[in-house]
Amino acid sequence: MELLLASAIGILTTAGVWLLLRARTFPVMLGLTLISYAVNLFIFSMGKLAIGAPPVVREGVERYADPLPQALVLTAIVIAFGMTALLLALSVRMRHDSGTDHVDGDGAAR
Amino acid sequence: MNLILIVLLPLLMAVLPRLAGPRRRRLAAVLAACAPALSLALLLWHAPAVFDGSVVQAGGAWLPAIGLNLTFMLDGFGFLFALLILVIGLLVILYAHYYLSPEDDASRLLALLLLFMGSMLGVVLADNLLLLVVFWECTSLSSFLLIGFWRERSEARQGARMALTVTGAGGLALLAGVLLIGQICGSLELSEVLDQRELLQSHPLFPLALVLVLLGAFTKSAQFPFHFWLPHAMAAPTPVSAYLHSATMVKAGVFLLARMYPLLGGNDLWFLLVTGTGLVTLVLAAWVALFQQDLKGLLAYSTISHLGLITLLFGLDTPLAVVAGVFHIINHATFKASLFMAAGIIDHETGTRDLRRLNGLARFMPITATLVAVAAAAMAGVPLLNGFLSKEMMLAKTLAIDTGTWADWLVPAMATLAGAFAVAYSLRLVHDVFFNGEPVELVRKPHEPPRWMRVPVELLVVLCVLVGVFPNIVVAPLLDVAVAGVLLGNVPDYSVSLWHGFNLPLAMSALALLLGTLLYFGLQRGYNLHLYRDEGVSGKRLFDRLVETSVSAARLLTGLVQNGSLQRSLWMMLVVVLCAGALPFFQDGYSIGDELLLPSNAAAVALWFALIGATMATVVLHRRRLLSLLALGAAGLLVSLAFVLFSAPDLALTQLAVEVVTVVLLMVALRHLPASTPSEGSLPRHLRDALLALAAGAGMAALAYAALTRPLASISTYFLEHAVPKGGGSNVVNVILVDFRGFDTLVEILVLAVAGLVIQALLAGFVAPGPAQAADPQQARPLMLRALARLVLPFALAMSVYLFLRGHNQPGGGFVAGLVTAIALLVQYMAAGRDGVPGARRDGVPVRPMPAGEEGFDRWIAAGMFAAAVTGLGAMAIGYPFLTSSYAYFDLPLLGKVPLASAMFFDAGVYLTVVGSAMMMLASIGRVASGPAPAPARGEPPAAATAGASV
Repeated sequence: MELLLASAIGILTTAGVWLLLRARTFPVMLGLTLISYAVNLFIFSMGKLAIGAPPVVREGVERYADPLPQALVLTAIVIAFGMTALLLALSVRMRHDSGTDHVDGDGAAR
Repeated sequence: MNLILIVLLPLLMAVLPRLAGPRRRRLAAVLAACAPALSLALLLWHAPAVFDGSVVQAGGAWLPAIGLNLTFMLDGFGFLFALLILVIGLLVILYAHYYLSPEDDASRLLALLLLFMGSMLGVVLADNLLLLVVFWECTSLSSFLLIGFWRERSEARQGARMALTVTGAGGLALLAGVLLIGQICGSLELSEVLDQRELLQSHPLFPLALVLVLLGAFTKSAQFPFHFWLPHAMAAPTPVSAYLHSATMVKAGVFLLARMYPLLGGNDLWFLLVTGTGLVTLVLAAWVALFQQDLKGLLAYSTISHLGLITLLFGLDTPLAVVAGVFHIINHATFKASLFMAAGIIDHETGTRDLRRLNGLARFMPITATLVAVAAAAMAGVPLLNGFLSKEMMLAKTLAIDTGTWADWLVPAMATLAGAFAVAYSLRLVHDVFFNGEPVELVRKPHEPPRWMRVPVELLVVLCVLVGVFPNIVVAPLLDVAVAGVLLGNVPDYSVSLWHGFNLPLAMSALALLLGTLLYFGLQRGYNLHLYRDEGVSGKRLFDRLVETSVSAARLLTGLVQNGSLQRSLWMMLVVVLCAGALPFFQDGYSIGDELLLPSNAAAVALWFALIGATMATVVLHRRRLLSLLALGAAGLLVSLAFVLFSAPDLALTQLAVEVVTVVLLMVALRHLPASTPSEGSLPRHLRDALLALAAGAGMAALAYAALTRPLASISTYFLEHAVPKGGGSNVVNVILVDFRGFDTLVEILVLAVAGLVIQALLAGFVAPGPAQAADPQQARPLMLRALARLVLPFALAMSVYLFLRGHNQPGGGFVAGLVTAIALLVQYMAAGRDGVPGARRDGVPVRPMPAGEEGFDRWIAAGMFAAAVTGLGAMAIGYPFLTSSYAYFDLPLLGKVPLASAMFFDAGVYLTVVGSAMMMLASIGRVASGPAPAPARGEPPAAATAGASV
């Protein structure tokens, strides 16, 4: 199970970084979203994996998944959303102001 | 405590002269004099204790974590300096009042002088070394403003910049040296460090610390080769020169030398560096001074030379030399301040400082002439004046050098030579200005200055004579405690009396007087000094070239790294990050832990394949944007399933909701972006990117695997144990968010709110120059969706209320509830088409009047932030730390027993902010309208009108 998660994090990162390095804004946004999945899973994995043990306190239950990484990731998901939206607004505005959706704007488009 | 006030009063009261304004000059001067007068009174109040030999200390911790404390100490040496700073400061304020012309803003000069005065007092009274450096830099900064006081003059600006660069750089070196000393000695308090000489000097890094501290001292005291800034600083108004460049700022360097002498002195390196620098400066500057054509330039070089003399004395490394050095600090301050002020008077009354035009002034201003003659004689070392005494001591100490090398005879010989030069330039000052023919082309007929302008000069000159004639009565006690301060109480036997009998130093003095007189009149006869023009390599030219070179080097480097391409910056940044990340792998090796692993099951494997497939599809299809976006959405949903699998229901819910909103947002945006990505970039570039991506992915996977296979020591047991008793909720994740780590959450929703507002600001009223949308309203609003949307809305809202209410105990909470509400509203807009987006415009005109309640998401955000902050402050109001929650149980119909924690209100704030921000983002992007025909974009297919048509 651990190997599955670790490799998934790696593949998500690889795909995300590759898209991040593209020249157009839209793939960059996709790449950033993939990277945020990878990073969220990575932070989450720092609390180790647990199956069938949600961190909701119940009588007589001793074993819980680590709640702290979950709390961190929860806000990270929301912040990543805000960041993606901001990037999106920027790229829409830039596309129309500079006439291109190249990340370097019209000056550096090759 | 009032020790601190001595320093703080001038700093705090620096605003007073400004209050008087530029017009009421007399009031401004009186107000400016208040602070030094008060500080002086406080200083004198401490005098009895200081003269008893005790060290007054005051202050306390400021930033103890970095060793910066607001601690001050007053010993004899600090007392001497504070006295000089305050007394000469008062005289300078009086003098400046008469010196400045009505056009000058006197209040600004006075305020800056007070700032400088406070900084300088801080330097001499600081106990903490870091505090000393802080004040040291403050003197550099305030002197920059003072030198550049006439900011409309280019030479004033240049001089100020040069002084700041040189002394500021020295200050940085000093900071590094001080930090080293602090590291080695384990303390940054002077009072604790000074007696740790053995510990410091046996440390291998001691030479480095010594050189760094000396760099600071030498730049400040204008020692060769850093001397060149001082002559250019003469562009300052003369009161500033009289204050900064005779008595105070340049003395900060020698002050530091003396202060650090017990700690850093007593070794060969100190002797070599300090004596050597002092000797070169002493001789060279004295020689150059002789050839100056500017009155203040002559004084500037003579100042450099005298500072060299003092430096030389501290370098000699004997207690008696220290006595001579401290004595000369006092004497130089008195005669040089009076000479600068007299130079200002001459400038003021004749309109020029050019020695070639100033001649024969004795007839016009006989009193000033007398005063200058006496002060210059003191500078030259003529008997019966203070300069003679300290010079005589200096000569005696150079004779006492006993190293068994050529230094034994070279230093006394050079000192005598420099003495001769000093005599020559002092003679030139008096003879050239007040005699030697007639004045040349003066704009006005010179006369004596106003009565009170001359008073400071008179006082100082009288002091020169008194010290010179009755040293034992006038200055010996002060000198005694000052030396005791420097030498930590071990005062050697010495005598400052006028007459020591016929001995070698006396003969050297006489020789210097004779040689100097011959030299001056010889030069003036055989080679008219007025014809001399300064040529050759000047320090200023070298400095300018250095500055230009470093600027162009910086530009070159910047151009290499950053040519304006973000794509390029990004991969470079990634390379750096990857290298930093890879370093520990190679340094410490990589190994996998031996924790027991969870067995995988079929569901997990299926999930893995699906996730990898979706990710691959996103990449492979990335040129066809809509398809790629769908694949991305699938990957996001699969990630949320992974959270379900690994016992994180809250995360799964949030991820699901966010995924929906994100995909919708991206779809809306696609309407304004090209539908496909052109194929571009060379093969090597693709290979490079692939390599970077693989390295990043491999690193992340390796790290995650290494962490997952090691035992975990989590701090979460605390949260699990206290969630119910302290937070009143059994959903630990939610309790952490709204209670334990509530402050984090508060800031996070703030970030979200800011993002929403920024997006609105970016796109408000923005009309995209794209092709006008093919707008058949009926086509844009699918009937099925419209019908369904109306049905779904109440359920969705009910769902979000449910999620919100149960959030404290079961998976749910403000974040998820907010996102669900946002989705519910979103569906409405989607169903209604683009015109359903609140505030939508077509061709810049609102499509329909904005319905009340639809717009105004900024108010949701405001209400949310307000609720969250008030909940936190409410806890403070009843005496708990910010955001402490309390709770009670209530019986509600239908829902049963519900715990109502104050955290609920906080969560409500989260909810409102999330809804407001998300809707603001969607509405802003959704309502971007298309205007008239677009500018044709390079190599791009037309915007995807169809992709967004249904939105």
